[in-house]
Amino acid sequence: MRYLPHTAEDIFSMLRVVGVNKLDDLFSTVPNDCRFKGDLNLPEALSEWELNDHMAALANNMAVSPEYKLFVGAGSYQHFIPASVSYLLGRSEFVTSYTPYQPEMSQGTLQAIYEYQTLAARLLGMEVATASHYDGATSLAEALLMAIRITKRTKVAVSSLIHPLYRRVIQTYFEPTSYEILQLPYLNSGVTDVSGLDRMDDLAAVAIQSPNFFGCIENLQAAGDKVHDQKALLVASFTEALAYGLLKSPGSQGADIVGGEGQSLGIPCSFGGPALGMLASSKQYMRSLPGRLVGKTKDLDGKRGFVLTLATREQHIRREKATSNICTNNSLCALAAAMYMASVGGTGIRELARLNHDKAEYLKRELKKAGFAIPFAGPTFNEFVVEFPSGFEDTYQRLLEKKIVAGLSLAAYYPELSNHYLLCVTETRSKDDMDALVREVKA
Amino acid sequence: MKASLGTSGLILNEPFLWEKGKKGRHGFSLPRRDVEPCPLNAELTGQGPDFPDLSEVDIVRHYTRLAQWNFGVDTGMYPLGSCTMKYNPKTNEKQASLPGFSGAHPLVPASLSQGALKVIFELCQYLNEITGMDATALQPAAGAHGELTGMFIIHAFHKKQGTQRSKIIVPDTAHGTNPASAALCGYHPVAVASNEQGILSVEAIAATMDADTAGIMVTNPNTLGLFEENIQKIAAIVHAKGGLVYCDGANLNAVMGVVKMGDIGIDVMQLNLHKTFSTPHGGGGPGSGPVCVKKQLEPFLPIPRVVEKNGPYILAEDYPESIGKVAAFYGAFNVIIKAYSYIRSMGAKNLKKASQLAVLNANYIKEMLKGTLHLPFDRPCMHECVFSDKHQAAQKVTTLDMAKRLMDYGFHPPTIYFPLVVHGAIMVEPTETESKEDIDQFIEAFKTIASEAREDPDKLHQAPKRCKVKRLDEVTAARKPCLAG
Repeated sequence: MRYLPHTAEDIFSMLRVVGVNKLDDLFSTVPNDCRFKGDLNLPEALSEWELNDHMAALANNMAVSPEYKLFVGAGSYQHFIPASVSYLLGRSEFVTSYTPYQPEMSQGTLQAIYEYQTLAARLLGMEVATASHYDGATSLAEALLMAIRITKRTKVAVSSLIHPLYRRVIQTYFEPTSYEILQLPYLNSGVTDVSGLDRMDDLAAVAIQSPNFFGCIENLQAAGDKVHDQKALLVASFTEALAYGLLKSPGSQGADIVGGEGQSLGIPCSFGGPALGMLASSKQYMRSLPGRLVGKTKDLDGKRGFVLTLATREQHIRREKATSNICTNNSLCALAAAMYMASVGGTGIRELARLNHDKAEYLKRELKKAGFAIPFAGPTFNEFVVEFPSGFEDTYQRLLEKKIVAGLSLAAYYPELSNHYLLCVTETRSKDDMDALVREVKA
Repeated sequence: MKASLGTSGLILNEPFLWEKGKKGRHGFSLPRRDVEPCPLNAELTGQGPDFPDLSEVDIVRHYTRLAQWNFGVDTGMYPLGSCTMKYNPKTNEKQASLPGFSGAHPLVPASLSQGALKVIFELCQYLNEITGMDATALQPAAGAHGELTGMFIIHAFHKKQGTQRSKIIVPDTAHGTNPASAALCGYHPVAVASNEQGILSVEAIAATMDADTAGIMVTNPNTLGLFEENIQKIAAIVHAKGGLVYCDGANLNAVMGVVKMGDIGIDVMQLNLHKTFSTPHGGGGPGSGPVCVKKQLEPFLPIPRVVEKNGPYILAEDYPESIGKVAAFYGAFNVIIKAYSYIRSMGAKNLKKASQLAVLNANYIKEMLKGTLHLPFDRPCMHECVFSDKHQAAQKVTTLDMAKRLMDYGFHPPTIYFPLVVHGAIMVEPTETESKEDIDQFIEAFKTIASEAREDPDKLHQAPKRCKVKRLDEVTAARKPCLAG
């Protein structure tokens, strides 16, 4: 096997040093009744060339762009990724290293993550961003637990327009605790109804996603004012990070903590993972943040360098008193995001975000013209909800045969919204793709 | 010693991204605009983030220079204990980047994702076979996330039994993630000391386990690199009191095809695909932390689960006792593909061989270095061995000094100061993919360092000398944090 370098001679001489006769004898401390005596029942080893064929067959049994035209976002967005980003991300010095515990030989990862933290903080309008978390859902769950630690209160209010799958993750995280989750309903305009906040007391945090799951842009500022009146923290979330190339950042609207998904920033959909949990806060809360942080410092000669810092928050020092159990995070995804943000640049991200918005508006307008209802009138970014006539499911299936995926049915997540579909348009969908979609749904 | 691996060559300084570039440059090919502009209400729009504008060349040089300041498994031996820094096969990267996989959207109908679902389904089966467990879920995103998922499962199990328990036993050799994961689930971790042989004694567990204790978290082999020989008796005690046995599977690389955890009393465990199953560590992730359970805990696994229904695979949600979701989608699929490719490339025989050679390499290092470095537990080890700096104490040379000096010789240092039960611990995990020559060179480097410690200790206090930077001021970094530029 090409990954195992030992020759028979190597094994023989090493066994002699160890003082045993055969490889099996190395396991003398494993009691006999703990030993597995048989052979593992696994498929026979494949050569590299057989593996290529096997994997290609599996990968070909998937519906992906460009053959398929997907109009689905809902937390996983197809955006163009420059070849330079993929290429640089493949540098094995980044890929095959581990958490930079030894900073002197990990300065590449450390500066890159410091730069990611900086660009992420700028994108979100916050002062401090962590080195990364698993995904948007776990970032948000950790953000809420963080708010509970800061305020020493026990309830959180979560908008019903937070991604439904994120809400399920929050529920899992909260289930064993005594903390309570309250849900904020949504208004006919497709944004969160915060009027009930006045009647909720002892709130640690209020979580609102913008753009929300329906694609609508929330007024975080107004919600934040209400939240702050209650001395609770505004936790802003997002699934489409690119939106902040155009929209006001959560930080500029008063968010105290931001937890969301950065997959849009140069990370392929990859069937939903790995993704990039982004988590940011204002400086006053930085010692309550979960997860790794990279800080700037100097070496013995006064030269600039970087280290993992504020480790006294972390599990390897604080064990059960840590701010989180996180160890391995999604560092390489953060690196991809930094490379992507640097590639699009300040000018480019604005243009790209505009293009996403304008394309989605085009499709929205064309569908409206074709007689379909847009139930939520509020402004959206690159996703929006359409109400199709009843029986649309058949049309949806027919479109699948034409290799068009006409959005995501909302009925499974919002039972009251049967025949409602969430459609997404990014820069990867052309006007022709959209015209074809409209033609087909009308047919 | 022979010529040192470590040398110094030309590397380049590189400023911050935002210190480079000029307004108006592009590193991105903007897609054609084929629709009319449709401005958004100005009240909703912001200034846009303050990102620098860079050309593609600026960016390529930037990250190439940064990469050159890093050390990875592809650079050289990286014997970081408990992290299993084995070689990351390149074909796995190729398979994971196939457009059918990388471009796959998680929320399209299952009929459009059969290839991905088959990979998930089959990997679960392989992991069941390797661990001897009955069911596996791939949703957890990393080892600690798998631990947390395991804790959620234990919590849900006791809830169903009708009485919740408040404590959980965590040995003093455990990874810090264990007590932290338990605490996130509301459990109070009760520390149990390992015995003079470095393992858990039956008596210590019998004295601690009670009806208010949810179970035990055991790392096996443990972080001293020792097999927990009493595991079956310990499991029997925990089970008799109605508790469950959790195994931190971070160290599975020692026992593939040798021990099946499901056969020795384990009820639930997590694996680290980025350790045992060769997926790269990525400078700190992404990893993947599948959780494997015995039959009685299967109803609690995270959903959705991939099941085969008369041919096609579907994503099944109908498990009313499930703990729910621990991640938005199905886990780190890109990592899952790499682990799948690895298992398919290795087959049963080579997986077992990998464990045998990992254990051989660790024992060889232990024997070769035990005169040079203090070995607190002089017994056959599994995939890693733990030394200390006791022999060097007289020269005021510490584990940290030796670790830093190893860099000058071209090696990534082992894990240091962990496990906590060994003062000044040096935890070496070579893995099976290091050849005898490379290991011999590592041993020789360590022996040279030990003689330097006697003859010229200051050389060690000043180390490293050949890295991009010298030792860094971590105290100021923490006191006056500067976390963004």
